[in-house]
This record gives sequence, structure tokens and C-alpha cells, in this order.
Amino acid sequence: MKNLTSWAIIGLTLIFLIGPFIIIIFAGASAGESLAFPPDGLSLRWYLKVFTIESFRQSFVLSMGLAIFGTLAALLLGIPAAYALNRYELPGAETIRTVVASPIIVPGIIVGLALLRYMVIPLDVTVTVALFMAHTALVLPYAVRVVSSSLNNLRSDMEEAAVLLGCTRLQAFTKVVLPNIRGGVLAAFILGFVTSFNQVPVSLFLSGPGVRTLPIDMLAYMEITYDPSVAALSALLAFMSLAIVFIAERLLGFSRYV
Amino acid sequence: MSEKYVSLRNLTLSYGKTVAVPNLNLDVVEGELIALLGPSGCGKTTTMRAIAGLLTPTSGTIVIDGRDVTRVAANKRGIGLVFQSYALFPHLSAFENVAFGLRLQKMPETEIRQRTEAGIATVGLAGFEKRKPAEMSGGQQQRLALARSLVMEPKVLLLDEPLSNLDARLRLEMRTELQRVQKKTGVTMVFVTHDQSEALALADRIVLMKDGKIEQLGTPHQLYAEPATAFAAEFMGFENIFRVQGENLVSDFGQLPLGFKATSPMLAWRPSGVQVGQGPLSGRVSASSFAGGHREYVIDTALGQIKADAPIETLEVPLGENIAFDLPKSNARQLSA
Ligand SMILES: Nc1ncnc2c1ncn2[C@@H]1O[C@H](COP(=O)(O)OP(=O)(O)O)[C@@H](O)[C@H]1O
Ligand SMILES: [Mg+2]
Repeated sequence: MKNLTSWAIIGLTLIFLIGPFIIIIFAGASAGESLAFPPDGLSLRWYLKVFTIESFRQSFVLSMGLAIFGTLAALLLGIPAAYALNRYELPGAETIRTVVASPIIVPGIIVGLALLRYMVIPLDVTVTVALFMAHTALVLPYAVRVVSSSLNNLRSDMEEAAVLLGCTRLQAFTKVVLPNIRGGVLAAFILGFVTSFNQVPVSLFLSGPGVRTLPIDMLAYMEITYDPSVAALSALLAFMSLAIVFIAERLLGFSRYV
Repeated sequence: MSEKYVSLRNLTLSYGKTVAVPNLNLDVVEGELIALLGPSGCGKTTTMRAIAGLLTPTSGTIVIDGRDVTRVAANKRGIGLVFQSYALFPHLSAFENVAFGLRLQKMPETEIRQRTEAGIATVGLAGFEKRKPAEMSGGQQQRLALARSLVMEPKVLLLDEPLSNLDARLRLEMRTELQRVQKKTGVTMVFVTHDQSEALALADRIVLMKDGKIEQLGTPHQLYAEPATAFAAEFMGFENIFRVQGENLVSDFGQLPLGFKATSPMLAWRPSGVQVGQGPLSGRVSASSFAGGHREYVIDTALGQIKADAPIETLEVPLGENIAFDLPKSNARQLSA
């Protein structure tokens, strides 16, 4: 009886988690003209059409660029930050941790609005630059957190051993610390990439003529055209995320780091 | 052969406001194996880290081979350190661990290969070059850490409780191994341990430390036979230590008459120095155990417990019975305080 109940709960949870994904896949595979579930017959035309829509192509490139370079920038800032927080007893380390984590805590829509109101408008930075900064800030907490947990497992006497063998502090970091936190850095990159790529609220306020991230572009598209191509694109993106996480899990046991 | 190869002068080492080692003076002779011995927290690691350059002294100087290195960075001192945890590089093979320091010196590849292989062979790890540290046993990791420091041909090799993570049998084996390597390479070694038998077995000289200060310095034989203070005596296995007051021995519990005139404020006897079976004193046997060549008694007396080792041929006294004993003058060690 107990067994039956737990299976029922697991089953419901899975339906709840995977259900929407299945609906999206089939809604996108509709032969009909409008978004519906169950679909009006099956065809791949909407999946193919997605690739011909120019604004999707543009926003995909932008989102890709933001996800890759924003995450790289976040790692460039986050790795030294995590290292300093981890290795030195900094005054106010707790405060720094909280500030670094704030983009997770503050609702994204407020971050987006603040960036628009206090950076894009007064400083006259382009929307692309603002988006880049926003995505970097958004990914930074994940970078710091994941890299920190890798560093925690690395004893500091290894660096001292490297120094006594002739390394400078910097060499000890690049030759001993970095190779040993490689897995954590890669995990942080993937987590950051997926977070950035799927980001909606922050990007909502940050769009300009021809400059929109893919999720925002999809929202805009749906307001005008109610055809199944958005569902098809969503399904494709979900598969992409899934593939990335799957490969990461295979390569380095990704789930250990998150 | 320099008598002052490593020279610590008025060295004070602190962590923030806490002084761990106040005003230490010590000379290490070139080519010797010197042991820093003392209980946990007495400042052994701190002293070693200062010699290596990982800790900047609050005051004082460190001279190595005639050169004042007090302000020289750790990576420029030419000192090796074998960490208690070994601190091997987990992402590198045994070969690359040993070659690590040589590669930094931009040596030709053939020389790196030759010196690394020689170093690995010296510690008896030939054939293990391709293994990662995680694929090696504790003893092998220990040897690898030793080889990694040795190939750099350091002026001084520091070892921080290098045997403490090994099991008892391996510890004995590595003792001999360390001694062999030291004789072979002639490198000056400073060896940290809290195990007095290890220090006695290995060292040319022992520095006994207490609360950051040198309690006594001497050869193993000197420390073993002639500990100067109660602390040193206790460390060297004198388990019965009492104060002298006039004609009596006194402890916190009471007193017993002393059969002779003492000139020192304290006296100490090893368990083997207590005479059992006959004598003017007596007490009740509260514990007794067979220890191979002798029998170990714990005797309840007016002074508290006295530990005594009786030769195996003496008559066994059962638990709870009275036993006669003596604290003979000939086995008494006079202590200053
Ligand atoms: N990083 C540190 N910060 C503050 N105090 C320390 C630190 N390391 C050691 N100490 C203190 O310095 C003293 C000596 O420590 P240590 O040299 O590690 O002793 P040992 O190696 O003999 O066990 C101890 O009282 C210890 O508490
Ligand atoms: Mg120590």
C-alpha cells in the first residue's frame, strides 16, 4: 500500500514535470494553422518553418552570444571572487557573498527595469551592452557558488607545495588550482549558459530595434501570430538544453556540482 | 660542514596577536637529521613554515647557508617541504608530480626525464610513474611526496609529521627508508614529530619543544638518559615524577619517605627503574598486565599511582594484594623543575 502511494506520487510528479514538455512537442508538430493541443494531424512543417523566420535567427544569435560571452565574463569575475572568498579571511566576506547572490534574490523584472532606468537611459549604453551586463550579473552568483564548492574540496597546502617547488602564486593558481577545479568551472559554465539563454524577466525591458533575446522575440511573435512555430521552437530549445546537460553529465558527472 | 647551516635568531612567530613561538634560537648542522619533538600545538609546524617562507616572522632572522633569507620569498629559498597531508597534485601522474619543479626551471627535457626517473627510483617507486596519486597507497604517496621535494636538491628538507598518516608497520618501514635516503643524499633534514620513539630512532639531534620554546636540545641518547625537566622526563618515558621536600617525596595526594638525600627539587623513575618484590616501601597492586619480557604493575601508594615494570622471573603478586617496592637512588633521575 505504502509502495503504491509512493509510486503514485512519483508518477504524478513526473507527469507534472514532463507533461508540458510533451504537449509542446506535439503542439509544434501540428499540421494545422494555429496553436492547439491535441494537434490537428501531424507534420514537421512548423519545425522547419522556425529556421526560415529571420527575427528568430537574429535573436537566436544574440541569445547565444549573450549566453556564451556573458557566462565567460561571469566566470572571469566569479573565479577570482570565489577564490578570494574561499582562501582569505576577508573582512565583510558575508556581505560580499550576499551582494554577489543578490541577482538571484532580487526579482529579474526589477533588475531589468533598474538597468534600463539607471544605465541604458542616462549612460546612453546600447541595448546590447546593457543585455551583456545584465546577463553577466545574473550568471555571476552561479559561477561563484559552483566554483566555491569545488575550491572547498581543494586543500590549500597543494598551492603551498607548488610555491615551494618554485611557482609564483599566480603559477600555483593556473598550474594546480585551475586544473583541479576544471569540472566545477565547466559545470558553472553550463549552468550559467542555460540560465542566461532561458532568461525572460531581465531581458524584458532591454530590447531595441532588431535587438531582442530569443525568449522575448518569441513572446513578441506570439502576440501577432498564433501559429505552432513557437511551440516547435520551444521544443527545439528544450532539446538543446537537455542535450547540453546530458553531455555534461556524461563527461563530468555534472549533477555533483550543482 | 657548516655548524650553522640553518640559523634561527631571536625568531618570534605569531598569528595576529597570538604569539605561537616567542624568541626561538636554533642552529642546524649541515647534513644532519634534526627532529622537532613536542606535543600538538607547541609550534613545530609554525617553526617549519617560517623556515620555508610560508609564514613571515614577526621579528628575528633566518639564515640559511650563510644567507639571510628572512625576507626572501618562499619560491626562491630552495627549501623542500613534505607536508603531513603530502599535498600531491591529484591531476598529475607520479612522474609529472616529481617533474613539476624541474619543469618550472625550464630544464632540457632529457635532463628532466633523467632526474625525475632517478628521484622516483631513489624512493623505490620505479614502475609507478604513470599512476595518479589517488591510485597509490598511503606509503607510496608518502614516498612520492619525498621524491618530489628531493629532485629539487633542496638546501634543507623539512618534513612535517611525515609518518603520522601511515599504519604502524608502514611507519617503521618508512623510518628506515627516510634514514636511508638521508644518508644517501646527505640532505639536511628537519623532521617534525610528536612521537618520541620516532625522534629517538631517526634523529641525530632532538629539539624538544614546549609552548613555542626549546625545552631541551641534545642527542637522542642525552634526552633519553638525561632529561633535564619534568616535561622532558615525562616525554622520555619517566612515568613516576615527584617533588622532593626534605626527606620525603611529595605529590598532590600525599608523601612517602625518601631513602636517600636528594639535591634536586624533583626526582623521576622509569617504570623499569622501580624495584619490585622487595624494598622498604609498599603499596596495593591496582593493575597488572603481562607485557612479554616483563610484567607491568600499577601500584596504589600514598603518592598516588606508581608504575613499575617487574622482571618476568619475579613472583607474581595478585590484584589487591600488597607489594613491596623501592625507588632506588641508582635509578633516580634528578630534575631541575
Ligand atoms: N592559522 C593559525 N591561526 C591562529 N593560530 C594558529 C594557526 N596555526 C597554528 N596556530 C596556533 O599556534 C600554535 C602552534 O601551532 P602549530 O605550530 O600548528 O603546532 P604543532 O605543529 O606543534 O602542533 C598553537 O597554539 C595553534 O593553536
Ligand atoms: Mg603540526
